[in-house]
Amino acid sequence: MPITNRRRLFFRSAAVCVSAALGATALAACGSEDDSEAESGPVSLTYWTWTPGMDKVVDLWNKGQGEKDQITVTVKKQASGDTLVTKILTAHKAGKAPDLVQAEYQALPTLVSNDAVADIAGEVGDAKSKFADGVWQQTTLGTDAVYAVPQDIGPMMFYYREDLFKQYGLTVPTTWEQFAETARALKKKAPDKDLTTFSASDSGLFAGLAQQAGAKWWTTSGDKWKVGINDAASQKVAKFWGDLVKEGAIDNQPMYTPAWNKALNTGKQIAWVSAVWAPGTLTTAAPDTKGKWAMAPLPQWSQSQNVSGSWGGSSTAVTTDSEHKAAAAKFAAWLNTDDAALQALAKESGIYPAATNAQTSGAFATPPDYFSNQSDFYTKAAEIAKTTAPSAWGPNVNVAYTTFKDAFGKAAKDKSDFVAALTTMQDDTVADLEKQGFEVSE
Amino acid sequence: MTSTSRKAYGVKGTPYAFLLPATILFALFFALPIGYAIYLSFRKVKVSGLGLGSGARKEVWAGLENYTDALADSELVAGALRVLGYGCIVVPVMLGLALLFALMLDSEKVRLAPFTRLAIFLPYAIPGVVAALLWGFLYLPDVSPFYFVLERLGLPQPDLLDGGPLYLALSNIAVWGGTGFNMIVIYTSLQAIPAEVYEAARLDGATPLQIALKIKIPMVAPSLVLTFFFSIIATLQVFSEPTTLKPLTNSVSTTWSPLMKVYQDAFGKGDIYAAAAQATIIALVTLLLSFGFLRAANRRNKQEAAR
Repeated sequence: MPITNRRRLFFRSAAVCVSAALGATALAACGSEDDSEAESGPVSLTYWTWTPGMDKVVDLWNKGQGEKDQITVTVKKQASGDTLVTKILTAHKAGKAPDLVQAEYQALPTLVSNDAVADIAGEVGDAKSKFADGVWQQTTLGTDAVYAVPQDIGPMMFYYREDLFKQYGLTVPTTWEQFAETARALKKKAPDKDLTTFSASDSGLFAGLAQQAGAKWWTTSGDKWKVGINDAASQKVAKFWGDLVKEGAIDNQPMYTPAWNKALNTGKQIAWVSAVWAPGTLTTAAPDTKGKWAMAPLPQWSQSQNVSGSWGGSSTAVTTDSEHKAAAAKFAAWLNTDDAALQALAKESGIYPAATNAQTSGAFATPPDYFSNQSDFYTKAAEIAKTTAPSAWGPNVNVAYTTFKDAFGKAAKDKSDFVAALTTMQDDTVADLEKQGFEVSE
Repeated sequence: MTSTSRKAYGVKGTPYAFLLPATILFALFFALPIGYAIYLSFRKVKVSGLGLGSGARKEVWAGLENYTDALADSELVAGALRVLGYGCIVVPVMLGLALLFALMLDSEKVRLAPFTRLAIFLPYAIPGVVAALLWGFLYLPDVSPFYFVLERLGLPQPDLLDGGPLYLALSNIAVWGGTGFNMIVIYTSLQAIPAEVYEAARLDGATPLQIALKIKIPMVAPSLVLTFFFSIIATLQVFSEPTTLKPLTNSVSTTWSPLMKVYQDAFGKGDIYAAAAQATIIALVTLLLSFGFLRAANRRNKQEAAR
């Protein structure tokens, strides 16, 4: 690689923290510079989000309710997920975070712990009834406070190639045991094909599967955190996938690579454990197999159960730096509970709403284009969404997720013990909490 | 007479006035950020209670804690060893090829020299991330045309993104991208060798090979030292190739090279304090190694000159 580039990179990295800190001022500057655009009202808010088409949804507010209340919102498009968390924390350090931010559920405790997002229980408490309990609970962190309004959710489902399942004489698994049998049966009939892969790059997928099994990774008792990453439920999930990888019943290569796209598109992999947003991913990853896939509920750990996990999903939070918290909270509540706003979010941004009544109305009356063969796609999805198990996030999910990638990446590569990898994840997460000064109970 | 008139314009202050812009820029955008990073490396966060709500998180003095943690962290050392292994492949191969190409281009019989020079140099113009992406696609058995050909020919298909071959795969990207630059540096200094030196050698009956080995290579030794110096620094700071290949394979961890670990700690784990300490250590080690090498090289040169 060009040496000069590397040298530049070095200087950047040596001063990595500095640029982050210096950047804060610059970011904050971008955050507030557009405030002058708000001539129409006395309050103008800035909103950091990565949702595509959000500006059009916000236009609805600015021309309707917002105009009446004299609250103008300006959208600033951002990078998604963890990248934005880092940016918010950096901006907050300079005291210049925007008024509103989009945050994934698992990032909320990190933001709360850094005192970056405000408690808006007083302003949005009434919105609770619009959401499933398990979803709402993620924004309260089990306290009386409310730190965000849920926007979209990612209930997990099982996607499979309907035509190939028929061709190989496979039935859709309803339990994980059947799932394993299906993987083995496929290997026997077509040794060069895989039912699916275990991806060590997708921490959120594994977290969702553990959540389905009943894992509670972070809980509190009194003033102490308890980390349960290697609890019995998670160990069961880790061992299940580890055994499948070890015996070669499924692939061990990461998802979201060119090779994975090709495997889905050519039918080398014939199923995918994913979430409600999968149609969007499949549309780009496997365009040639449109109309050949079907969706079913996630396999269960026992025949009598009916639970799902979640992979992804985000919320709208108000920052502590905002000078207009009440106005910002009012907008956050409108955006995620108002019928017109939710319809626009579905149409312009293609999100799957957290608000239960929006899950079957309007845009969700017909199946996604890619699944035109499954007319009840969204009816089924809404039913599955109701069965989502509660999740338990803590203040250092980022550390756990990072350790997952390395520990499970190595275990998947070596086809070694997944439970040992889980223990590494637990130990590193606890060590990090203790290093930061959190009290951790055994 | 001129000296008196110069004095009238304040000769003493002038150099400083000329230095001022550079000094200000250096202080603002180099010394200050590095100073702040070093300051951060002596700090840490202290959380009280559950860490929820305001005032639960404070930045406190950490002393040398971040440094002792970094030095005790086996992953940082392991990363350094991985990079060492990578460097042992990259540096000799890249510089060897660069020297070979430079000598070949400099020989009298070469045809199409400008075109060849450009062709070898061109990969250097490709940004590192793009190069790594491009090679990454070629390394993935399912999408690579190479594997398609190997399969058709019934030849074995090695997994280039695992174990030992991974080092070759990563080195290949660096060699592909860096050879051209180093070749140009060496070639330029070859061009600077006066023609009469060659003439004298030929009159003494030296063959082209002897000229290359006994005249050209010793005379471009300073350029070789320079390129070696650059290459060592570049190797220690390898970041974008493994980071770009990371999503494609389980074999590259998020902390594969020391700089990746710094990045991961700062932006993955949000611990900028530990990252600052590690960055400082890496910078110091890089400085020590590179200046140590330069001093050794200078000493040898002086000895040779004395002889």
